[in-house]
Amino acid sequence: MTGVKLFLNAGGGATARRGDGTGRAIVDLYEYQGRDLFERHGLPVLAGGVATTPEEARAIADRLGGRVVVKAQVKVGGRGKAGGVKLAEGAEETVARATDILGMDIKGHTVHKVMITVTADVAEEYYFSYLLDRANRTFLCIASVAGGMDIEQVAADTPDKVVKAPIDAVKGVDEAKAREIVTAAGFPTEVADQVVEIAVGLWQAFVAEDATLVEVNPLAKNGDGRMLLLDAKISLDENAAFRHPDHEALVDQAAVDPLEQAAKAKDLNYVKLDGEVGIIGNGAGLVMSTLDVVAYAGERHGNVKPANFLDIGGGASAAVMANGLEIVLSDPAVKSVFVNVFGGITACDEVANGIIQALALLEQRGEQVTKPLVVRLDGNNAEAGRAILDGANNPLVQRVDTMDGAAERAAELAAAGV
Amino acid sequence: MAIWLTKDSKVIVQGMTGSEGSKHTRRMLAAGTNVVGGVNPRKAGQTVDFDGTELPVFASVADAMAETGADVTVIFVPPQFTKAAVVEAIDAAIGLAVVITEGVPVHDTASFWAYNVSKGEQTRIIGPNCPGIASPGASNAGIIPADITGSGRIGLVSKSGTLTYQMMYELRDIGFSTCVGIGGDPIIGTTHIDALAAFEADPETDAIVMIGEIGGDAEERAAEFIKANVTKPVVGYIAGFTAPPGKTMGHAGAIISGSAGTAEAKQAALEAVGVKVGKTPTETAKLMREIMSGN
Repeated sequence: MTGVKLFLNAGGGATARRGDGTGRAIVDLYEYQGRDLFERHGLPVLAGGVATTPEEARAIADRLGGRVVVKAQVKVGGRGKAGGVKLAEGAEETVARATDILGMDIKGHTVHKVMITVTADVAEEYYFSYLLDRANRTFLCIASVAGGMDIEQVAADTPDKVVKAPIDAVKGVDEAKAREIVTAAGFPTEVADQVVEIAVGLWQAFVAEDATLVEVNPLAKNGDGRMLLLDAKISLDENAAFRHPDHEALVDQAAVDPLEQAAKAKDLNYVKLDGEVGIIGNGAGLVMSTLDVVAYAGERHGNVKPANFLDIGGGASAAVMANGLEIVLSDPAVKSVFVNVFGGITACDEVANGIIQALALLEQRGEQVTKPLVVRLDGNNAEAGRAILDGANNPLVQRVDTMDGAAERAAELAAAGV
Repeated sequence: MAIWLTKDSKVIVQGMTGSEGSKHTRRMLAAGTNVVGGVNPRKAGQTVDFDGTELPVFASVADAMAETGADVTVIFVPPQFTKAAVVEAIDAAIGLAVVITEGVPVHDTASFWAYNVSKGEQTRIIGPNCPGIASPGASNAGIIPADITGSGRIGLVSKSGTLTYQMMYELRDIGFSTCVGIGGDPIIGTTHIDALAAFEADPETDAIVMIGEIGGDAEERAAEFIKANVTKPVVGYIAGFTAPPGKTMGHAGAIISGSAGTAEAKQAALEAVGVKVGKTPTETAKLMREIMSGN
C-alpha cells in the first residue's frame, strides 16, 4: 500500500479507520514459519522444509537425505504425545509418516502441514528470547542456561538461573551488550562466542521483522558443539504490516473464524464470541464495555452472552452500519442485536439515518432481517437521532436511551428468542 | 489551572495540511484552542485559512516554536511518518506532544520513547493512538469533542476514546478540569500514573476518574501509586471483563495474555487500595457523583 492515509483512533468519530481493519494486532507464527524466518536472517537452524502433501514431503526428504523428523504444525502444546512428531529414515518412510500425521486432530487442531528437518543430536538445551516489556516501555531479553522447559516455571523455581536484561530500543543489542547478557546468564565458555553472535543476529531479526516476541526454546548445543535455534515462538506486530507486505502470507487463514474473515474483507473490526446478543458499537473501549454490560444483564435473562465484538469506528455511515449488521446477523447464534453508539464527533442523527438505511440496504440485498435491534444513541444530537428512529417506525427497532437499560432489553429479547 | 493544557497553551499541528489534520485543526480552533500554526516542510511559508483564521505553515517544529512560542504539538501524520514527527518534536524540546495517529508500529513507539528518555524527557508525550487532551473551557488538543461538557473539578484519565466521551457526558453537569485520553497501545508516552500524579498536584481538581481496560499491568501499578501518593478520591472503571484470552479487542494493547491483564485482577488491585470500581460506566459516574456531592 502506498499513499499517506492517516488512520486515526476510531473513538468518537474521527472518520479514518485502520486500513487493515482486522482488530488483530499480532500475527503468531507456526514453527516452520519461525524456522524459515531465522534461516532468512542467517541464524543457525536445522535444514528442512514444510509439506502440505505426502508428495511434497517426499521431495523434501529426497533433498535432505538420511534421517529426518516429521512434525505436525499446530499451535498447541503436546503434539509429541499425540503422535504428531515422528522420526523417518529415507523418502518412503517420510512419506508414510507425513501421511499419518497430515489430517490428524491434535486437541481440536487439524494438522494441515508438517515440517520436515534433519535430526539434531542435542547435548544441551538453553533459553533465549526478546520481547516487548510494556511496563518499562522498552524491550527485554530473557536468557537462561536452563532451556527446554517452561521458562516461567524455571523463573519461579530457580530465579537465579534466569537473566532479564532491559534492551534500549535505540541502542539495541551489539556485541558488547550480547556478551554482557551471555556472561550474566552463565553460558559455558565453549558456546559463549556462538551465543553472542546468535544474540546479535536474533536482535537484528527481531527489529527487522517488527516482532513483539521471539522466544527460542530450546537454543540447543548439538553433539558437534554447534549451536542451533531448534524451536521458537514468534509474534509479529500487525501495525507494522505497511513495511512488511510479506507478513500477510504468514496469517493462518484456515484458523481464522469464517465470520471474522468475512468481516476483515469488509474492513470491519470484528471478533467472534460465543453468545446470543449481537453487538455493534463505536470505539474499542465502548464496545468492550458494552460486552460487559450485556453479560451482566444476561445474568438476569437466561444467562445470554455477547455474540461478538464489533467496532464500526467513528464514521458509522449507512454502508458501514449495513456491513456490520450483515456480519452480526449472519451469525446463526445471534437472537437480538444491541447497537450502542455514543455520538462524539459523529452526530447521532447521521447514525440513526445510517441504521434505517442499513436495514433498507439489507432488504435490497435480499436479506430477511427478523431479529430485533435495540438501539441506544447518546451524545452529539441524540434527540434528533432518536426522533429519526421513532419516525421510521420499524417494528424491529427498539430504542432505549441508556446503555444499561438497552443492554437489559437486548438480553431479555435474546433470552426470549433462544 | 487544569493539567498540561491550559488557556495559555500555544498549539501547533504536525500534519495540519492533511485531511484529518485540517478537519481537527478547525474543530480545535472552534473549541477555543490557541492554534498558532502547522508544520509541513513541503508547504513551509504558506498559510492555511480556517474559517477566517489564517495559520502559518512552518518547515519544522523548531521553526514553529521560534516564531510563535508554541509549547504544544498535536500530531496527525500517518503511521509511517509518526516516529520521525515525534523525534522532531523531541529534538525541538517542545513541552507536550499529543500523538493522535492509530496504527503506529510498537518498535517505532519504543524507539521514540527511548529517544525521549535519552533527552531527559523534556517532552511529555501523550499517545499514540489516543483522542488527546481537553481542558474544557480552556483548550483542546486532539479529537475529543469540545461540547460534551464544561469545566469543573473532576479529572479524567482513560485508555479509551469513546469511553472518555461517555464518562464526560455522564458527568457533564459537574464538569471536568482536564480529560486525558492516554491511548490503548502497548507502549504509551503518558501513563495513568503520570496523570494521577498531575491531578493530585492540581489545585483545580478535587476527584479523579480512571478508566482502564484489559491488557498489561498499568492499572495494577496505578493502584500501587494511588496507595502511596494520591489523597484525592479516585473512582475506577475497567472494560473487558468478558473478553476472552488471546483475542485483541480493538486496541493493540487490549489483550489478555495467559493469566496477565485480566479485568478481574485490575479491579481487585484498585479496590484493595480503596478505589471504588463501577460495574458499568453509568454506575462509575454514580460513584463519582456521590463523592462530589459529599455523600
